[in-house]
Amino acid sequence: MRTGLIAKKIGMTRIFNDAGMHVPVTVLQLDNCQVIAQRTEEKDGYTALQLGVGTAKVKRVSKAMRGHFAKAEVEPKRKVTEFRVSADALVEVGSELTADHFLVGQKVDVVATSKGKGFAGAMKRHNFGGLRASHGVSISHRSHGSTGQCQDPGRVFKGKKMAGHMGDARTTVQNLEVVEARSDEGLILVRGGVPGSKEGWVLISDAVKKALPKGVPMPAAFRAPNKVEEAVTDAAPADEMTEAADAPQVAADDATTDKE
Amino acid sequence: MNIIQKLEQEQIAKQTEGKEIPEFGAGDTLRVGVKVKEGTRERVQEFEGVCIARSNKGISSNFTVRKISYGEGVERVFPLYGNVVEKITVIRRGKVRRAKLYYLRNLRGKSARIAEKRDFRK
Repeated sequence: MRTGLIAKKIGMTRIFNDAGMHVPVTVLQLDNCQVIAQRTEEKDGYTALQLGVGTAKVKRVSKAMRGHFAKAEVEPKRKVTEFRVSADALVEVGSELTADHFLVGQKVDVVATSKGKGFAGAMKRHNFGGLRASHGVSISHRSHGSTGQCQDPGRVFKGKKMAGHMGDARTTVQNLEVVEARSDEGLILVRGGVPGSKEGWVLISDAVKKALPKGVPMPAAFRAPNKVEEAVTDAAPADEMTEAADAPQVAADDATTDKE
Repeated sequence: MNIIQKLEQEQIAKQTEGKEIPEFGAGDTLRVGVKVKEGTRERVQEFEGVCIARSNKGISSNFTVRKISYGEGVERVFPLYGNVVEKITVIRRGKVRRAKLYYLRNLRGKSARIAEKRDFRK
């Protein structure tokens, strides 16, 4: 099981594919998505990767989290999430994940917080039909109608669909197709809509209901951490290249951020 | 320029490669070459009529062409940058005072005429 990515929803547009068909796409941007911590079987009882994305102002980050980020030698992040991974898919702390983690044509699941709709009636919230427009119906044209039976059972069953708060909930959209993945710009274009507003955080991971396509980067597509060492100055990037070369991954380049 | 605009600019550049889109607006009479697929063969069909609306929204821009075909009004909405549109030719520049000429739908014959714009300069 590979890790997913945290991305920011930029908005929707359309692209014309090679066949000339128009494809509606949602643009998702990876904003410096780095590995912050590893969860291992021996230490935590499960294996996972903690990822962080965005840049937070240092003064707005709690001291505890500041220490946590300092330990990983990454800049403070706006959003931190864990992804469960298998033990062989762990990625080194500090690595920056790139958009070519997903292949074009691959199916992904996208998790996001849907737009809040406030207190919504049964018609909007559960697609109820409402009551009739005429024939004696008064005031309750959009009401839900009856909520149950009679003296037996004498109560409303649990889980009865009624009016209430709608939206602003964790929503998953399964099997969205990756139309384009640009690692240099950090953009992932998925076919169709993604829940939530623009500028919202979304979690993208391999589709659970589809087999993983051949050729996906294992354990992940990433740029290795660009550790700043005092003694080595010019030779440092070259060392990392060889260090990182054994795994199929995107070569480290100077684009990786400076660590404090 | 934000990311969406940049992506759309790229798409527009890709879609308009080797294709020229003339300047036109509502009121102009257009001849649109439409790609039609018949089985495996592809040919270009022409659709000629008055442009009654144009919507400019990046890659999603479109325009509506209206014509009277066998006494029946026919309207088609074309994507400006779509692959369906092979060629757009402006036949006549119309002088109109509206951006959307939806009022033409209620008019027939003489009253549905549009005066020609004589002073068109590119």
